[in-house]
Amino acid sequence: MKYIDEFRDREKAAVLIKEIEALVSTIPLAKERPLNIMEVCGGHTHSIFRYGIEGMLPKEIDLVHGPGCPVCVLPMGRVDDCVAIAERPEVIFTTFGDAMRVPGSKKSLMQAKADGADIRMVYSPMDALTIARMNPDREIVFFGLGFETTMPSTALTILQAASEGVTNFSVFCNHITIVPTLKAILESPDLHLDGFLGPGHVSMVIGTAPYEFIARFYKKPMVVAGFEPLDVLQSIWMVLKQIKEGRADIENQYARVVPDDGNAAALSAVAEVYELREFFEWRGLGSIDHSGVRLREPYARFDAERRFALPNVTIADPTACQCGEVLKGMIKPWQCKLFGAACTPETPLGALMVSAEGACSAYYQYGSLKAERAGAI
Amino acid sequence: MCLGIPGRIVKIDDEARKLATVDVSGVKRQVNIACIVNDEHPVASCVGEWVLIHVGFAMSRIDAQEAAETLKILTELGEAQAEIEAMRRPRRRLGGQRHEIYR
Ligand code: SF4
Repeated sequence: MKYIDEFRDREKAAVLIKEIEALVSTIPLAKERPLNIMEVCGGHTHSIFRYGIEGMLPKEIDLVHGPGCPVCVLPMGRVDDCVAIAERPEVIFTTFGDAMRVPGSKKSLMQAKADGADIRMVYSPMDALTIARMNPDREIVFFGLGFETTMPSTALTILQAASEGVTNFSVFCNHITIVPTLKAILESPDLHLDGFLGPGHVSMVIGTAPYEFIARFYKKPMVVAGFEPLDVLQSIWMVLKQIKEGRADIENQYARVVPDDGNAAALSAVAEVYELREFFEWRGLGSIDHSGVRLREPYARFDAERRFALPNVTIADPTACQCGEVLKGMIKPWQCKLFGAACTPETPLGALMVSAEGACSAYYQYGSLKAERAGAI
Repeated sequence: MCLGIPGRIVKIDDEARKLATVDVSGVKRQVNIACIVNDEHPVASCVGEWVLIHVGFAMSRIDAQEAAETLKILTELGEAQAEIEAMRRPRRRLGGQRHEIYR
């Protein structure tokens, strides 16, 4: 319990853990097998590890670290496409720093930059548009990445570029959408999930209504959760309460940021600019129907995929990598043969080791506590 | 990128394009506020408000206490420093000179 000292509300956390323990002891299923609760969002994964939340929970609760880190699920073939665009002499390729180290089949963007490609890290797609205005003789490509949290920002930037008539700006759109992904997870035969912690900031954009099918058709509880340790603990308690009462509802623990109907302005920009792709390839999870978006026809001139010929090939993940099994929660990161040996945050082989929000990197950084427990398994 | 960072709107830069300057732990940066304004809550009324900022876009209005607590947890996660560093990057070599990323 060493991490618990850092809580600002230590007593409250201790009380919550007691309540969680009491609640779990009244759930019959928990006596047969651990209750599997998936946190969908990488931000939660990070927070759970940083504060050692797993170690505080009774052993009847198993947290499954879901696929909600957009950097971690980026397939190698897409990184290769980025490198191919970035290496064109006329292109300035702009990206969030997070994506720089994701391995491609030959190189990451970081390595491509070292080899001379003009790749610039930006904080915002607006910065990419500024670069486009300042370099009219170059082609500026922005690497659009993320779930619904960042999708509106790319859409609004495209709308801005369209209204200004900027012609040398385009987006390599790799935005992904959460609901089909959750559906794929729920349909996956190897998974036995008992409930979800819903993503906080995706929900800030889409609201809570899109999750209703989880409760209605799959009869699983979901609690949209904030990122502070107390939020996470409280949300786990709320999920357990539903399990205990035999309910499956979508509840909102993070109402101070997440309005039930989402953000209207953001949603209308998203609807204006994007349409669903038939399918999208995920690292470790394979192809998931309707899980990605692309630009609609009226914005075709801002679509890097249509502007540049891309290799666009599917590259299989290296066979020894077990990222897929980790992403689906079938194994824990330390059970991957490469974990901590060939695959470390300095030399990542899988994307889960790249971002602080990836389960492998989080375990590597903060995981000693839980790994000790793993030794006993 | 996904967790965002709280900032306080200190100035409206462009009412039509919905651009404002925010202060994030002392770092000033222009952000887009299109997602937090509407008829009841026009651009001009935003000065002084706390917002949650994701990749240069204010995505949600929050209260001062929420802002402080979010900043604290982001600092503990190491995300605040990275985010502020990324925000600051384009400004480092300003002052007459064009910044590296804008060249
Ligand atoms: S340790 Fe590396 S290869 Fe193994 S699952 Fe994690 S990221 Fe993938």
